[in-house]
Amino acid sequence: MAGILHYGSYVPFRRLERSSLAGGGRGERAVASFDEDSTSLAVEAGREALRGCASPPGSLLVASTSHPYAEKLNASAVHAALDLPPAVCSADLASSSRSGLAALALASELSKSAPVLACAADVVVGAPSGPRESAGGDAACAFLIGDEPGAGAAILGTASQTEELLDAWRGPEQQFARQWEERFVEQRLVPALGSVFERCLERAGLAVSDLTGIAVDTAHPRIAGSFASNAGLQPGQLVDDLAASVGRAGAANAGLLLARMLDSALPGDRIAVLSAADGAEAVIVEVTKQIAKARPRRSVAQWIESNRGGLPYQTYLKWREILPFEPPRRPDPPRPAAPPMQRAERWKYAFVGSRCLDCGAINLPPQRVCVQCGAVDRMDSVACADAKARVATYTVDHLAYSLQQPVIAAVVDFDQGGRIACELADVEPDKVTIGQELEMTFRRLYTAEGVRNYFWKARPLRGPETR
Amino acid sequence: MASRGIRDRVAIVGMGCTRFGEHWDRGASDLLVEAALEACESARIEKAAIDAYWMGTLTSGQSGLILSEPLKTGYRPITRVENFCATGSEALRNAAYAVACGAYDLVMAIGVEKLKDSGYSGLASAGSSPTDGTQSSMTAPATFSLLAPAYSKKYGLDEGTLRQVLTRIACKNHANGARNPKAQFQRAVPAEKIESAPKVAGMLGVFDCSGVSDGAAAAILCRAEDAHKYTDTPLLIKALSFIAGPADGAKRQDYDYTTFPEVVATAADAYQQAGVRDPREEISLAEVHDCFTPTELVLMEDLGFSRRGNAWRDTLDGRFEISGAQPVNPDGGLKSFGHPIGASGLRMMYEMWLQFRGQAGDRQVSAPRLGLTHNLGGAPGRCVSFVSVVGAN
Repeated sequence: MAGILHYGSYVPFRRLERSSLAGGGRGERAVASFDEDSTSLAVEAGREALRGCASPPGSLLVASTSHPYAEKLNASAVHAALDLPPAVCSADLASSSRSGLAALALASELSKSAPVLACAADVVVGAPSGPRESAGGDAACAFLIGDEPGAGAAILGTASQTEELLDAWRGPEQQFARQWEERFVEQRLVPALGSVFERCLERAGLAVSDLTGIAVDTAHPRIAGSFASNAGLQPGQLVDDLAASVGRAGAANAGLLLARMLDSALPGDRIAVLSAADGAEAVIVEVTKQIAKARPRRSVAQWIESNRGGLPYQTYLKWREILPFEPPRRPDPPRPAAPPMQRAERWKYAFVGSRCLDCGAINLPPQRVCVQCGAVDRMDSVACADAKARVATYTVDHLAYSLQQPVIAAVVDFDQGGRIACELADVEPDKVTIGQELEMTFRRLYTAEGVRNYFWKARPLRGPETR
Repeated sequence: MASRGIRDRVAIVGMGCTRFGEHWDRGASDLLVEAALEACESARIEKAAIDAYWMGTLTSGQSGLILSEPLKTGYRPITRVENFCATGSEALRNAAYAVACGAYDLVMAIGVEKLKDSGYSGLASAGSSPTDGTQSSMTAPATFSLLAPAYSKKYGLDEGTLRQVLTRIACKNHANGARNPKAQFQRAVPAEKIESAPKVAGMLGVFDCSGVSDGAAAAILCRAEDAHKYTDTPLLIKALSFIAGPADGAKRQDYDYTTFPEVVATAADAYQQAGVRDPREEISLAEVHDCFTPTELVLMEDLGFSRRGNAWRDTLDGRFEISGAQPVNPDGGLKSFGHPIGASGLRMMYEMWLQFRGQAGDRQVSAPRLGLTHNLGGAPGRCVSFVSVVGAN
């Protein structure tokens, strides 16, 4: 039986208060920074899920409704950033928010021979002052699904239903999705949810009352409510949908809700997660005694707690490139070139440096001639993505090109050795101090001629760690 | 590092320099012609007498053709030189070696930059080769701004005092530029204005940065024994030192951003070539690479004008003012004379030319014995450095 071997989640640092939106609303939504997209979010969650794993997955699925490239595999950047071997099959799932939970369900089918990493990430953008802008959120999750002993949660059953339904739609020529009237959508999706729930329970051999927690991912709260009353859920079984703190995070939403339940579940707990869009999807898992080993360094609650609110609405619109703005009077950054990117792939995407076999010095980026002792071609690889670092010195650059000026640039020293100069992410100019602890984060530095230029930045530690 | 040097073997016998600034009405070609002809006139020669040229620019064109075409030099060797902001000094150094070795008798070193045509703030780098997109985006002021907090921390200087020191450097160079008819900015700037200027990077405001500028400068060189043919007051080259450093400051944790090791090495080499033992006493005046105010502060220590950790005190004491014991940047420096990259190293030498011939007007330093020019390119931890020592006899 397939199970969840490891999982991870990620919620970006910034929050937009709904009270600052034209449409109003309560609570806040999580907002990906100007240098994040669904690929970089998937990488952050994927790193959480794979940290400490002995062997890489056999395949990688990345689900999103906001893939940065319409043509060009998006999962390949995630694959490269996670430093997976070339033989790992990678594929994108797209277009529907249901693709996130579908990726998990598919992974349980595909994992017979080797574990599958199912990532889901979304940056949900809605037309200004519309319901999607307000209700949406940005987040990511990742599940390593394997058919091997030691899983933290066994997948007891999955069920799916496909409906040709005009619910939410967006053509390649459109910036914002449109949505059909929710009362119409409700009369199709509530039965679809009921159907997958019933079939999933049957496959799992369980009754509704056996479930400890049920999460329902849907664009319309009334759909979840109708489903809950039709299905005869008991009060307390339906868990909070994080609408007030994160927002509905597109394809990542169902998985994020599952991850949050797993973060605090006890062995023996049975959990259902459902997702309704273009039909419905359901997954039921049973938490095992190994759950602690499957958990990531940071819980969903910790990601949510570690945040900075007060993002001005205008800044949000600028970050999402909805609002045009006066560009800095500086040359546009150059489009990175394919051959140098290929040569530097493990450095650029996976942040792998080199270590001198003679003197042990860590060389960043990898060098042929050691920066310390001068030995030639005496290097092996050293992973640096998870290396702890500190601010050696820093500056606030008001002149450098960025979607969000000023750029905070720092000289960063790694505890394991090595130094780089790079940008800091998720930081306020007056909050940086020399000696401050940092961790690396995968970001999209800029886009030039359509090329998404990914590399790493350093950020202050995001809240406490549990392992 | 070992270098034999060419002490007293080569002389500068003519120089020219355009006014630096926003030359909307003149292109790089016009500026080159202007500086070249002024240099010829000062050496009392026709351009046809020049055997070979070394022409420096970072962004204003490639190959010797950018000089031969506008100046109509006919069929002459012209070498285009580039070494970041030390490009002008590199043109001079290579030209000097060519006459020292006897390959040519009379040569010109010329540098130009046309920065204001780009429409960008600050320096915009030249069309660089394709990259993997992982390079740091830090601008020049940002990289040099790293010197300020590092210096404060190392020598226990509070931020207020450091600000005072940097302001003093900017005030001094603006006051000097106010006495220079060729400077980009010819106005003294009060301390309050410097300190309230919009921030560019770190604690650096607009007035802590050198002027983005257009300009050109040129020198005519020959072997010292021939100098009398052209002038009674040649400027003798005592030392020329140049280094491209290992560029490892952002790769090694032991670099602390309070010094340019490349400058220390070029200074030691130049002093050895020139026979200088105590630069604080023996160097009468200096033109140094004050691209940003903290750079000048650190250079005073790297060049041996101040003891480590003491340049800030010497600055506040007025040591480096024109009236002080060791004038630095009497022509206004990069700060107020402006910084058209390829021309700057030769502009520094132009001030030596004027000072040692007693032609510096209001800025004249009395009875200079040895002068120094220092030119830097790159950033702290990743730079090239040039030092020359010159004198009248």
